[in-house]
Amino acid sequence: MSTKTVELNIGDVGAKGADASAKVDSEKMALNVGPSHPTTHGVLRLMMDLDGDLITSCEPVLGYLHRGDEKIAENMTYNQFVPYTDRLDYLSPLANNVAYAIAVEKIAGIDLPERCEAIRVLVCEMARVSSHLLGMGVFGMDAGAWTPFMYTFTEREKLYTLFEELTGARFTTSYTRIGGVARDIPDGWLDRVTHFCDNLPKAIDEVEKLVTRNRIFIDRTEGIGEVSKEDAIAFGFTGPNLRASGVDLDLRKDKPYSGYEKYDFDVPIGTRGDCYDRYLVRIEEVRQSLRIIKQVIANFPDGLWYAEDARKIFAPPKDKILSSMEELIQNFMIVTEGPQIPEGEVYFEAENPKGALGFYVVSKGGGVPYRLKIRAPSFCNLSILEHMVPGHMLSDITVILGSLDFVMGECDR
Amino acid sequence: MTANEIAYNGKVEGDVIVTKADAVINWIRKHSVWPMPMGLACCAIELMAAAASRYDISRFGMEVMRFSPRQSDCMIVAGTVTYKMAEVVRRIYDQMGDPKWVVAMGACASTGGMYRSYAVMQGVDTIVPVDVYVSGCPPRPEALLDAMIKLQDKIGDESSVKNLKGSKEIELAS
Amino acid sequence: MIDQVFTDALLDRFDSSSFRHHEDCLTLDCNPSSIKDLLTHLRDEETFDLLVDLTAIDHGTNTENRFSVVIHLYSRIHRDYLRIHSPCSDNDSPEFPSLSELFPAANWHEREAFDMFGITFTEHPNLKRILMWDSYPHFPLRKDFPLAGIETPLPADDVAEVTQANVDPAPMMGGPFVSSGDGMMSESEPRAKDESWTEQAEKPK
Repeated sequence: MSTKTVELNIGDVGAKGADASAKVDSEKMALNVGPSHPTTHGVLRLMMDLDGDLITSCEPVLGYLHRGDEKIAENMTYNQFVPYTDRLDYLSPLANNVAYAIAVEKIAGIDLPERCEAIRVLVCEMARVSSHLLGMGVFGMDAGAWTPFMYTFTEREKLYTLFEELTGARFTTSYTRIGGVARDIPDGWLDRVTHFCDNLPKAIDEVEKLVTRNRIFIDRTEGIGEVSKEDAIAFGFTGPNLRASGVDLDLRKDKPYSGYEKYDFDVPIGTRGDCYDRYLVRIEEVRQSLRIIKQVIANFPDGLWYAEDARKIFAPPKDKILSSMEELIQNFMIVTEGPQIPEGEVYFEAENPKGALGFYVVSKGGGVPYRLKIRAPSFCNLSILEHMVPGHMLSDITVILGSLDFVMGECDR
Repeated sequence: MTANEIAYNGKVEGDVIVTKADAVINWIRKHSVWPMPMGLACCAIELMAAAASRYDISRFGMEVMRFSPRQSDCMIVAGTVTYKMAEVVRRIYDQMGDPKWVVAMGACASTGGMYRSYAVMQGVDTIVPVDVYVSGCPPRPEALLDAMIKLQDKIGDESSVKNLKGSKEIELAS
Repeated sequence: MIDQVFTDALLDRFDSSSFRHHEDCLTLDCNPSSIKDLLTHLRDEETFDLLVDLTAIDHGTNTENRFSVVIHLYSRIHRDYLRIHSPCSDNDSPEFPSLSELFPAANWHEREAFDMFGITFTEHPNLKRILMWDSYPHFPLRKDFPLAGIETPLPADDVAEVTQANVDPAPMMGGPFVSSGDGMMSESEPRAKDESWTEQAEKPK
C-alpha cells in the first residue's frame, strides 16, 4: 500500500484567532464577585472589569462586617473590651488578646512576671499554628483540593480541645486581662500540648505531600500574584506576606515583646513574593512555631500569672477577694470603674499570624480609653489588590485571595 | 406511630407503601436539607468545623454546602449582619427557591449579639423570617447540629404545600 | 538609633515641627503645611519607609483644634517607630493634605479617616467612604455621634420597601454601664450612658 503525503499550509490557527479578536472591538464586562461568595474568606466584594478572561481593573469594597469596634471601645472599660478583640482576627483570637493587653500595659508601665509572659508566648504560638493551618487548608480548598482542608481541620480540633481546657471556650477565648491572664494553666496541660506538638509534624508532612509538590497546585500558584519588595513596603504589608516578598521584618525578632528574645527560632523569607512563596512561608512558620512551643515548655517558669503590684489594674485572686476587705474594695473598683490606666498614648504592634496587629491607645486617665485605633494587618494587605490583580485571569482570583490570607473581621473591625 | 411518619412492614404491605403525601415529602425534605452558608464572621468558622470530620454534618445529609442560593434549601446566617450587608442577605434569600428555611446562628444573627452599635442590625429577623435561632457566641458545632435537628422536626410538622405559589393553605386533618 | 542627636538634627532641619514626648517612641508635632516635606525626608533619608498607620483623633467639640491626624512610621534600620501629630485646619469641615502619593499605604487609611471623622484629604485619588455605605450621612467616630447610631434609611430602597426595615438606633437599654471615674465614689458608680433607650419605649424622664 502506498501512502501519499501532501503538505498543507493552514497557518497558525491561534494567531489567526488572535488576529480576529484584535479586529473585534471587545467590550469590557463588569463582574461583581459579591460579598457572598465561595472563597471562604469572609465578606469582601470585588468589582472587576474583565476583557474576556483577563482582569483589567479591580476595586475591592469593604465594610460589610464593620461593627463599630473603635466606637465601642470608647464606651467600655479596658477589660470589657477584651471579648471584642477576640473577634477581630477570629482565627487566632488568643494572639489578639495578648496584643491588646500588652499595648494597654505599656501605658500603665506594668512589668509582668516571667510565668505570665511564657503563658502568653505559648498561647500566641498555638494561635499562630491554628491560624496558619486553617489558612493553608482553605487555600488548598480554593485551589480545588478538599483533602488538606479536612486534615488541617482535624488538627485544629485538637488545638480547640487544648484551648477549651485552658480558657473555657474553643475559640473566642477572651483569655488575657490587663496585668495578666484570666487563670493559670491547668495541671497536665503542658504535657498535652507537648503530645500535640509531637504529633503535628506528621500531619503537616501529610498535607505537604499532597500539596507542596503537586503539579496542579504549583501551576496554579507559581508566578501568580507577584508582589515585589518595593510594592510590599509601599503598600504597608506586614507579616508572612511581607516576608514572602523578601523583606526580613519579623516583630518577634526586631522588637521582641513578652520574652520572645529568649527563644531560638528562624524566620522564613521568600524570594519571589508570589502565591506559592506565601504558602511555603506559612508552612515553615508552623514548624518554627512548634520549635518555640517546645522551648517554652522546656523552660516553663514558676510564679504568678498576673502582676501582683498592679493594684489598681489587676483584680486579686478570688479567694483573697472573698476573705479580705482590702482586696474586696480593690476588686470592686476595678470591676466598676475599670483598670485605672494613667494618661498617655502608646502604639504597640504584635506579630500576629496575619501580620502586625497594632493598637494605638490614647488614654486620658480612668478606666475607659479615649481613642483606640486598631491597625489591622488584613486592611493593609488588601490595599494591594487594586494594584496587583489587573493582568491576571479570572480563575486566579481565588488563589490570590487565598494566599493573602486575610480575615474580614479585623479588616472591617 | 403518628400519622406523619412512614412505617413499612414488608410482610404485611408487600412492595407498596401507602401513606400520606405530607409524610413522604417532608421525610425527603428534612433528610436532605442543603444549607446555604451565609458565613459572615466568626460563626462561619464553627460552621466549617461542623462540616469537618469531627462534628460531621454529613450524617444528616447536609454536607452539600452549596454557595448558590438557587440550589439550596436552608440559609444559615452565621455571623454579624451589618446594615451594609443586609441588602445582600435579603437578595440572596429572595433568590432561594421554595421551600426555604433560615437558621440564625449565633448571638449576632439572632439579636445583634454584643455589638450594640450604629452599624450592626440587631438581629437578622428584621429582614428575613427566621425558623430556628441558635444561641452562643459562637455556638458549639453540637449546638448547630441540635438546631438542624430541631429544624428537621419543624420541617416534619409542616404542611408540604406551604409556600407554593398560588396554592391555598391546605389544612391537615390531624 | 533614635536618640537625642537624631531628634535634635531632625528638629533643626524642620522648624515647623516640635518635640512632644519620647515615652514609647519619638513623637513629634508638625504643621500640616510642611508635613509632606517632613515625611519625604523621613522616607528617603532617614529610612522610615513603612507607613504603619494613619488615623485621626477627635479632641472634643469645644477644643481649639478639634481634629488631628496621627501618623506612625516604622524604620527597619532603626527598628523603631516614629509618631507625628498634626492638627487639621477647620473644626467643622476639616481638611488635611493627602499622603497617598508618598506612601500608597495611606490611601485606604485616609479613606477610613474620611469615613469615620469627615476629614477631607485634599488631592486624594479616590476619596470615598470605605467602611460605611456611600450614602451614609454621618461620621461615626466623632464625639458628638452616639454609639447607638442615628436613624437613617436603609441603603437599598427595594429591600427597605419589602421588609420595612430601617437603620434604627441600637437598643442600648440604658447601657453600657461605665463609671465616670471622678468625684466621690457614690456618685461615680456605673451609670447608664444613655445613648438610646429601648426598641419600643422612650427614655423615661
